[in-house]
Amino acid sequence: MTAIAHPAWAPGLGSRIRWGVSDTLTLTKRSLLVWLRVPAYLVFTVIQPVMFVLLFRYVFGGAIPVQVSGGYVNFLMPGIIAQTAAFATFGTAIVLAQELKKGVIDRLKSMPIARSAVLTGRLVADTGRMVVTILIIVGVGYAVGFRFLNGVGPAVAMVVLATVFGVAIACISAFTGLAIGDEESVQAFGLIWLFPLTFVSSAFVPIPSMPGWLQAFANNQPVTYVIDAMRALALGGPVEASLWKSVAWLAGIFVVFVPLAVRAYRRAS
Amino acid sequence: MSQVNGVGGQPAILVEGLIKSFGEVRALRGIDLSVPRGTVLGVLGPNGAGKTTAVRILTTLLLPDGGRAMVEGHDVVREAAAVRRSIGLAGQSAAIQEELTGRENLEIIGRLYHLSRPEVRSRAAELLEQFGLADAADRTAKTYSGGMQRRLDLAASLVGRPRVLFLDEPTTGLDPRARLGMWDVIRSLAAGGTTLLLTTQYLDEADELADEIVVIDHGLVIAAGTSEELKNRVGGDVIEFTVPDRSRIAEAVKAIAPILEGAGEVGGEPHADPETGVVNAGVGARGSDALIEAVRGLDAAGVVTRGLALRRPSLDDVFLALTGHAAEEEQPNGRRRGPRGRRRAGDKGRGGPGGRSPREEREGPGERSPREGNARTAS
Repeated sequence: MTAIAHPAWAPGLGSRIRWGVSDTLTLTKRSLLVWLRVPAYLVFTVIQPVMFVLLFRYVFGGAIPVQVSGGYVNFLMPGIIAQTAAFATFGTAIVLAQELKKGVIDRLKSMPIARSAVLTGRLVADTGRMVVTILIIVGVGYAVGFRFLNGVGPAVAMVVLATVFGVAIACISAFTGLAIGDEESVQAFGLIWLFPLTFVSSAFVPIPSMPGWLQAFANNQPVTYVIDAMRALALGGPVEASLWKSVAWLAGIFVVFVPLAVRAYRRAS
Repeated sequence: MSQVNGVGGQPAILVEGLIKSFGEVRALRGIDLSVPRGTVLGVLGPNGAGKTTAVRILTTLLLPDGGRAMVEGHDVVREAAAVRRSIGLAGQSAAIQEELTGRENLEIIGRLYHLSRPEVRSRAAELLEQFGLADAADRTAKTYSGGMQRRLDLAASLVGRPRVLFLDEPTTGLDPRARLGMWDVIRSLAAGGTTLLLTTQYLDEADELADEIVVIDHGLVIAAGTSEELKNRVGGDVIEFTVPDRSRIAEAVKAIAPILEGAGEVGGEPHADPETGVVNAGVGARGSDALIEAVRGLDAAGVVTRGLALRRPSLDDVFLALTGHAAEEEQPNGRRRGPRGRRRAGDKGRGGPGGRSPREEREGPGERSPREGNARTAS
């Protein structure tokens, strides 16, 4: 039998980690290749946040008074960027559901590859996608008057925070995509839970303009903390309180949803 | 490798008392299988019989509730990683990345098997050639026909040179030509010495490809043997004819009833399909005597028939005899076929969307009146 030798199958921890990284990178590359091959995917991810930028900047913005230097566009952009990162994870849920249905995940699971590579590869690729999308939206923001006012370091920190926030949401999306497992249902319900979280937050309007009962929710939910921290990083101002709360929430999301996503992946059929 | 090849007469696949339930549904109720190296096992059964569940357990995708399953000497539960190194899996749909080219699809799989760069390239090129995809290698798989996509999928399952290959309904959804193409590919794999486990709902497919066949129904193996052995279990020949005037089927059945008395296991009751007008009846060992009587009976009743013939039982007859219901009784659209209808492999094509059975053409009944009744004797 002329079987190919598998040099690394003596399962030492070192080589296992090395092959795990190699498998993850292969699968990451595959996902990114698909993404680059179909430009429509990028366009669809970007078009909605661009519409939001234009809509809020030029249509609603004038009617929303904010106390922020640089005016409403500076208030708006951190919120839009956080929302963009969160909504970009729609692709994570959809693609996992598709791959499940098509048997791609079965094929990969039946192969001698690192068990973690499928999910990690997906998340790494989607993170790359997310960063590109965020940077495009920052660029669009600059074109309509947005400016970072707090220096380069905090600006980078804002992008990083937005990305980590997006990855946390991606873990939830990976879980929902695998747990629902049906593309149509994911299309319909996959991101519905994100709407109240992003809109009933400090993303688009100052929270004090909301009715009292809604303020109670808006003031104490993670998306608000993340956006407040991003805004402080972008424009200056006290950042610590909201940043720590964001980090705590995001850590909590990872602690809960990484195991859930892994479990859903193991059970997925 | 060496330790595996060193185990001489051990079967490639060994399954003992395999049990799996999904909630209330008992998908497998104690399955036993043994597949010698280098042979093809056909696992035959209708939708929901438990075929896919068995394949999923054997390919480490699902844990069994009870029993034991070994692939190439490795336990699928305790030594799952070793099993994964020995197997290839091609499922019911094409598990390929449509946005990528055929070559890219195979090269990614090669990298996941940790082949060296030159090996990755040469293995992909070799498989593309072998599966007739060389010309389309650098087109995205989206542009491929259904048959090409399934061939690419099969090629992907072979990148790691598996010693045991699992094909779960490899031709489901393919048109007759693509199906024949797939059969050729599967035959050449078997000829190359790969152990194959192939599930199918198509009796003719198992008949064509498998060395041994097991018939699964409701999570149990209800019969096992070669195609010939299974046919012998029906216990004799079958008379078959078509009644063009559907309103006269009952008369035809009545006319042949006398010849069936004492005909053995499947005798006694002719089966008529009210949709197609096809009537089948097992006549046991009475063979051509029964045929002559049938001609007389039908002639006396004045019923016009087409394609009256005596034939060896098909696997469809076997399935009917074993289970009391036809294979593929449950249609994908949920429509239940008439009880005991459509048993010939050839009929499936007409029943299913798009006509899937190439046999249909080869075995299409000729136009014959009862007077010209013509016995096709067993070969």
